[in-house]
Amino acid sequence: MSTTTFDIPSSVHCDTAELLARVHAIGKGVLAVHAGSVDSEGRFPAESIQALREAELLSAYVPTEFGGMGLDVAQTAKVCEALGHYCGSSAMIYAMHCIQVACLVHHAQHSEFFRDYLRQLVDEQLLIASATTEIGTGGDLLSSVCSVQVEGDRFTLTKKAPVISYGEYADDVLITCRRHADAPAGDQVLVLARRGSFTMEPLSTWDTLGFRGTCSSGFTLTSEGPIDHIVPAPFAEILSQTMHPYSHVVWGSLWTGIAADAVHRARSYVQAEARKTPGEVPISAVRLAETDLLLQEMRNNVRALAHEYREILGADGGDSMHGFGFSIRTNNVKVSCSQRIVEIVGRALLICGISGYRNDSKFSLGRHLRDAYGCALMVNNDRITKLNATMLLAHREGL
Amino acid sequence: MTSSTLTGPVEMDAIKEIVLEQIGRTIDRDSLQEQSDLYSLGLTSLATVGLMLAIEERFDIEFPESMLGRATFRSISSIAECIGKLSN
Repeated sequence: MSTTTFDIPSSVHCDTAELLARVHAIGKGVLAVHAGSVDSEGRFPAESIQALREAELLSAYVPTEFGGMGLDVAQTAKVCEALGHYCGSSAMIYAMHCIQVACLVHHAQHSEFFRDYLRQLVDEQLLIASATTEIGTGGDLLSSVCSVQVEGDRFTLTKKAPVISYGEYADDVLITCRRHADAPAGDQVLVLARRGSFTMEPLSTWDTLGFRGTCSSGFTLTSEGPIDHIVPAPFAEILSQTMHPYSHVVWGSLWTGIAADAVHRARSYVQAEARKTPGEVPISAVRLAETDLLLQEMRNNVRALAHEYREILGADGGDSMHGFGFSIRTNNVKVSCSQRIVEIVGRALLICGISGYRNDSKFSLGRHLRDAYGCALMVNNDRITKLNATMLLAHREGL
Repeated sequence: MTSSTLTGPVEMDAIKEIVLEQIGRTIDRDSLQEQSDLYSLGLTSLATVGLMLAIEERFDIEFPESMLGRATFRSISSIAECIGKLSN
């Protein structure tokens, strides 16, 4: 680690199997029950998030010394994957929250305020949203138009954000902005705006094909607060060491969960077919075998990245992320998973046939398919591939 | 050749020209000193790639992966120091 303290959760003794069983129980009992109405009404999955709060899962990645579960990134990713089986929007909200928590756990622990905040997050199971994109930056996370204004020991900050997922329902929001009024676009910091000290004026609505329950409307966000709410580390460092790799690990994992549920529905369909003609393997079973192979590749790809990231965090606190190799691999996993999910759900739909095409069948795949098409668009694959093309010009290792 | 000769005025000027060429749009020429923090002057990690390739071409060197970090490209003097190490 080069310039600031970098903290990772200490090792944890957590029975992952027992935890995942609980997560699946919440998924079946709550997320799956409401997934249909969350999707059709494009509403916030309040019941799901409440259930995750009650299970104290909003502090899953907070280290045990602050009262959290102290899961590592690979364990958190498994929770996201499990949730993805039941409701893509709920899983997406949970994953995005975990990314914000990871940014604070890794980069803000040396601030007294943020240590207290992590304890409060555990006690009150606070939900954190993110305002990174901004009108006027063309989707580039590494540049901001707005800047934080400091006067005495208070700050004020106004940002026009085209997207703040679950912004209306979050307790707090982490906002990127320029460090001060004269700072260049790329000299950014991350500022925590607390509920009660910010207002949001709607800029746009969120009526989309998929991930409808994330309620990712746009807002002009106006906030103020004490200056210790400004995360001390430069945002460029937070992005490269945490936000970028952590996002693609948890996103890829929950997308794998969505794909796995599609395969699960296809498998149930094939098994029902097979029962009608005992002794014969239906043609759809061959399609299922091909689809299962893709799912395994997708899952293993994202798990490999999760494990590599966990090892890097454990070994040197992020130093190995300074070359381009890890960033390139992270981007590859994102692009690959976002393509695989469409392919897998599409194949599952072929297997289930008209039963999967219907909206009123237990084999329905409409929501999965609509969610799947969003994955290539959230941080657009074209942008990511162009970044990789640039980084490959400088990449020196065969890895 | 010692690193002090490599980081002499000619090399420093050459590096400065390359920096201005690659990221000049966001950097004020007069405010660019040898110790200036290029990242706080607006250098992005992606612009670093162009900067790196131009320096490799000009000084006939190749940065190893281990040097491809913010520490190397933080300032004109840190770039000069790395050029010195690679030329020896």
